[in-house]
Amino acid sequence: MTIATQTNATEWDYSPAPDTTKITIEQKNKLFIGGKFVSPKSRSWFPTINPATEKKLADIACAGKVDVHSAVSAAKSALPKWSRLSGTERAKYLYRIARRIQERAREFAILETMDGGKPIKESRDVDIPLVAQHFFYYAGWADKLAYAFPGAAPTPVGVCAQIIPWNFPLLMASWKLAPALACGNTCILKPAETTSLTALRLAEVFQEVGLPDGVVNIITGKGDTGRFLAEHPAVNKVAFTGSTEVGKLLMRQTAGTGKKLTLELGGKSANIIFADAAIDQAVEGIVSGIYFNQGHVCCAGSRLFVEEPILEEVIHKLTRRLSTLRVGDPLDKNTDLGAVNSKEQLKTVERYIRCGVAEGAELHQTNTGELPAKGYWCNPCFFTDVQPSHTIAREEIFGPVLSIMTFRTPEEAISRANNSPYGLAAGVWTDKGAKIFEVAKKLDAGIVWCNTYNKFDAASPFGGFKESGFGREGGMQGLRPYVRLGGV
Amino acid sequence: MRHAIDTVMVEQRAASFTTRSIKTKSKQQGLRLALSLIDLTTLEGKDSPEKVRSLCRKAITPWEGDIEPPLPSVAAVCVYPSLVKVAKRVLDGSGVRVASVATGFPSGQYPLKVRLEDVVEAVNDGADEIDMVINRGAFLSGCFDEVADEIAQVRSACGGAHLKIILETGELETLENVRLASDLAIQAAASVGPIADGEVFIKTSTGKVSPAATMPVTLVMLEAIRDYYEETGVRIGMKPAGGIKTAKQALHYLVMVKETLGNDWINPHLFRFGASSLTNDVLRQIVKQLTGHYTATYDFSEA
Repeated sequence: MTIATQTNATEWDYSPAPDTTKITIEQKNKLFIGGKFVSPKSRSWFPTINPATEKKLADIACAGKVDVHSAVSAAKSALPKWSRLSGTERAKYLYRIARRIQERAREFAILETMDGGKPIKESRDVDIPLVAQHFFYYAGWADKLAYAFPGAAPTPVGVCAQIIPWNFPLLMASWKLAPALACGNTCILKPAETTSLTALRLAEVFQEVGLPDGVVNIITGKGDTGRFLAEHPAVNKVAFTGSTEVGKLLMRQTAGTGKKLTLELGGKSANIIFADAAIDQAVEGIVSGIYFNQGHVCCAGSRLFVEEPILEEVIHKLTRRLSTLRVGDPLDKNTDLGAVNSKEQLKTVERYIRCGVAEGAELHQTNTGELPAKGYWCNPCFFTDVQPSHTIAREEIFGPVLSIMTFRTPEEAISRANNSPYGLAAGVWTDKGAKIFEVAKKLDAGIVWCNTYNKFDAASPFGGFKESGFGREGGMQGLRPYVRLGGV
Repeated sequence: MRHAIDTVMVEQRAASFTTRSIKTKSKQQGLRLALSLIDLTTLEGKDSPEKVRSLCRKAITPWEGDIEPPLPSVAAVCVYPSLVKVAKRVLDGSGVRVASVATGFPSGQYPLKVRLEDVVEAVNDGADEIDMVINRGAFLSGCFDEVADEIAQVRSACGGAHLKIILETGELETLENVRLASDLAIQAAASVGPIADGEVFIKTSTGKVSPAATMPVTLVMLEAIRDYYEETGVRIGMKPAGGIKTAKQALHYLVMVKETLGNDWINPHLFRFGASSLTNDVLRQIVKQLTGHYTATYDFSEA
């Protein structure tokens, strides 16, 4: 007797509840350099599309070498004045930015969803509030740096090149910009190719609050733009969030240049469920671990380890829960999973799903109803009969695909969880407090969530071990990459 | 057979139902459904026959306005045992059921013999449904057999009347206790004999203790019902009571039932709201959906 399959007596369902799309989007989105929007000297543009409709939203400037140079120059010339400003003064700008983001939150959320495909309920309730929180949080640190690093006389690093991914476009911008600005650095931000629009709107906010020209510059473009930026000799620090592959390139590129580097890279995070856990709630944790933001989350709990006796129960409950997920129009307020960010990413996810089947794992795909004809869609799914040697158990998929494996003892759970080149996050589910501490401290992961998953807070440091990168973002620890410490 | 329950994630899941956007057609439908699920309740020391009669009229015809299709009646009227006869006289043949609290409601701190007599008398006076309270004192001191045994005896005393078992979750405090009491109540009722769908409900609260119904508590109880159904195929009913005052809250609860138990449970045989002020807010929203503007609160009759 399962509830998921029974027929419904009353057909009460949610009517479409689409949010508005009536926000103005510039047709030609220029570069933000020295406090002004300027056309690219490269004269090159590329389209950005809505992944839920495949329709073009606007043209985005593609910054070439010359444009990158002028952005770096603008940041460099803004540096002396900005870095000498008192912490209290810098904090005022950050507070203003945070408040203005809150005031324009709805517009930001809608734009983020249109450009990136994530459900409006996530951009509205998670992304944008966290963006504002991040600026508020680091505004608070700006005049207290001496207390964060007692006796170490923190000074700014200088010109920071910050390259961010497409999964949380504005949130990643705030993770990079807020601590850098609080510490007195100037920045050049390079958004991901497919999601430039909200970063450019953030530039409008900088203009509105009167942030001095050149303190933040935003240059859009493709991979080359990022490379030019990281290579530029006047850059003092590179901060990157993205794939491990690109992270390795950057590490080679910056080696020996004296540039500081922080990397927040991929992950294949383990979510471990013990038999004594609260199973219904653990299933919620699985869902928010892997299906949040279509699985486009670096810390996604993509490897699930279940203690053998409860495997069947977990699979049953997960299947039932997946049948309530709503996939479709990201602007609909009732959508749980939106569109995959790009055609390219959809192909990658589909390739991994085929690979999982070919290697002998069993695919459980949920049919969540009819999907729109246009757009990039992937129903949430999971694999059972997964072996640790399977590709889907080792490589980052970055999609709504979960690999379920089992274990028998805590030691086995820990060693299986740690058997990965990555070390970003992990989840532990058990009702026993002592077991939580015992297991959590043995997990080789930068973040361990206990009886919850994917919880973010500006006050909490985020970052990984091993091939998941180094450096921390958020919290007091997030200040460290943006200061130079000296004696008094 | 204790079930581990984790409060943080229960609260997160419960909160997620409140972000569902219920608009246009689904709102219109949802509001009508909500109206049909109400146990219109008066449980005051000052209750009088006249008050109960007006409540019953309100239950049969919640609103006198012209509306197509006609609005449903509410599910039941819930009163103290001494007023069951009065309610029965008005409601007989209307389709609206008479529910009576019994077993020494709300505290249950009476000898078992008295509590059982309370039930028998209410049933004899015409109650279709009995809302009993469990022995929280016994439950909290770990005398689970005693609690179960009393529930079983009450069910036997109900005869043909349906039984709603009030856990008084505000006094049980933890969600683990709520789950344990839910399982215990269902098992105890089942120990007497087979349960037809909707013959037994579990209910959150008396409305006399704060907090009364909350979404996390209701979610845990719905999960107990779901697990029992999957195990046995028997459908137990659910009644959150107390504190549900607005149409919006009611819709959130319906979303929760839909996504936990499915649409099958959204009907008066399996789901009720124990409420008094909810009715007029639901009516006000229904009229607003029709006319596009809010009518004054005094346009709706008091009960």
